[in-house]
Amino acid sequence: MIEVKDLTKKFADFTAVDNISFSVKRGELFALLGPNGAGKSTTIKMLTTLLRPTSGKLKLNDIDVVKDPNGVRRSFGIVFQDPTLDNEMTAYENMELHGVMYGVPKAEMGTRIEQLLKLVELWERRSSLVKTYSGGMKRRLEIARGLLHHPKVLFLDEPTLGLDTQTRRLLWNYVDSLAKEKDMTVLFTTHYLEEAEDNANRIAIIDHGKLIAIGSVKELKQMTSTDSLEQAYLELTGSEIREEEVDPHEAWRAVRRARNMR
Amino acid sequence: MRAIYILWLRQIKRYIRSRSRIVGAVGQPLLFLLALGYGLGSIYKAAGRGDYLQFLVPGIMAQTVLFSSMFYGAMIIFDKQFGFLKETLVVPVSRFKIMLGGALGGATTSVIQGSLVFFISLAIGFRPHNWLMAIVALAFMSVLALAITGFSSGIGSFVEDMQGFQAINQFLVFPLYFLSGALYPLNHVPTWLRIIAEINPISYTVDALRWSLLGTTKFGLGPDMLAMAITLVVMLSFGAIRFRYIEA
Repeated sequence: MIEVKDLTKKFADFTAVDNISFSVKRGELFALLGPNGAGKSTTIKMLTTLLRPTSGKLKLNDIDVVKDPNGVRRSFGIVFQDPTLDNEMTAYENMELHGVMYGVPKAEMGTRIEQLLKLVELWERRSSLVKTYSGGMKRRLEIARGLLHHPKVLFLDEPTLGLDTQTRRLLWNYVDSLAKEKDMTVLFTTHYLEEAEDNANRIAIIDHGKLIAIGSVKELKQMTSTDSLEQAYLELTGSEIREEEVDPHEAWRAVRRARNMR
Repeated sequence: MRAIYILWLRQIKRYIRSRSRIVGAVGQPLLFLLALGYGLGSIYKAAGRGDYLQFLVPGIMAQTVLFSSMFYGAMIIFDKQFGFLKETLVVPVSRFKIMLGGALGGATTSVIQGSLVFFISLAIGFRPHNWLMAIVALAFMSVLALAITGFSSGIGSFVEDMQGFQAINQFLVFPLYFLSGALYPLNHVPTWLRIIAEINPISYTVDALRWSLLGTTKFGLGPDMLAMAITLVVMLSFGAIRFRYIEA
C-alpha cells in the first residue's frame, strides 16, 4: 500500500531524510519511531504531497505521489502533529467542509458525519465552535475528520501528543477497530513506545535521517538481544539526549525568511 | 463547484460571526468621511469646487473595499499560523479553486463593507445623481474587491507573519490609495503626481465609482473599465501562481 524507495530530502546542505526504503502492506499498522529531528515528520510530509522529495520514489495505493499528487490525495487521510482545525467554525462545519473537499456525496454526508462524531463522542457538542474545545476533543475531531472520506491509508503524526492516558487509550481503540473494520493501512509516529508496542504490526526506527532497523516488536528485540521495545530502541538509537531540534523544514524556512529581509 | 462554494461560505460565516470586524472596518471610513468631509469641505467649497462630501464618498467606498480586501491576505496568514491551511493543502482539489473560493468569499465581505459605507454616507447627506446607477457602483466595487483579494492571496501565500504583511500594506497599499485621486481631484496636481495616479490601478476604480455615483469622470468610462479588467486578470493570476507554490 505504501512503497518508499531510496527517499532523500535535503534542505540546503542539511540532509533530513537520507536514502530511506520501506514498504507497508495493506491493512498493516506501521510505526515510525525515532528521536527528535530524525526525519519522521519530513518523511510524512513527502508521503502526503506537502514536500517534494529531493530524490527517490514514493508510491501510495499504487499511485506515484510526485507525479499525481491529486490522485494520491484522495487515497489518504492525515492527522497532523499540530492542530489544523478552523477554530472559528463548529465541529460539524469543519467536518462538512472536509467532506465537500473530498467529494463525499451529499446524500451520505449527514450520516457519515453523525456516525463519526458519535464514535469519537463529540456528537452532543457538534454545534460548538472548535475554539471552545479542549486539546483532547480537538484531536478526536481531527481523527474523525481524517476518516470522513474513507481513506485507504491513514497517517497519524504523533496523534496522542499531550493527551492524558484515558484519551490516548480511547483513541487507539478507535484506530485499531477502524483499521480492522475497513482494512485501512495506518502509518503513525509516536514518542510513547508502549503505543507502538501495543498497536503496530511492524516498526521502523530512523535516526539522523537514516533507517536503522525495521521489523516486528519481536524481531527488534531479537536483533538487539533485549527484552523490551524500549531497551531495543535505546540500544539502536543510543541513550544520549538529543538537542530539541526544530523541524528541519521550519529551520530552512527561517533561513529563507532572513534572506528575504536582507 | 461545491468546493469553491463551501470555501466562500466559510468566509461569509466567519465574517458574520465577527462583529468587531464589521464595526472596525466601517469605523475607519466613517472617521475619514467626517474628519475630511467636514474638515476640508469648507475650503473645497471656497475654492469653487462644490460639495466635497459628494466628491469624497466614492473615494472612501473604494478605500473600504481596498483595505478589507487586503485584510483577506491576513486571514491566509492566520490560517497558516493556526494550521488550517495545511488541511486545505492536502485535499484533492486544485489550488486554483481553493484560492478562488476564499478570494470570492473575501471579496463578497468587502463589497458588503463598501455598501455599508454607502448607506452611512446617505445618512450624513450624500446623494447619488441617479439611484439606478448606484447598482452599477456595486459591480465596480466587486471587480476591485476580487482583484485585491486575488492580490492579497498572493501576498499571504509567501509572507510568513503579520509584520511582513503590514510592511506591504504600509509601503505599497497605503501609497497607492493616497496617490489615487480618492481624496482630491487630479486636475491641478503636479505632473509627477498625475503620472503616478495614471499608472495606479486604484485611480480607475475610484473614477469609475464617481462616474456611477456622481456622473462625472476624469479618464472616461472606457479606459476605467479596461484598466479594471486588466488589473483583475493580473492580480488573480498573481494570486493563483503564488498560491500554487505555498508550502505548509
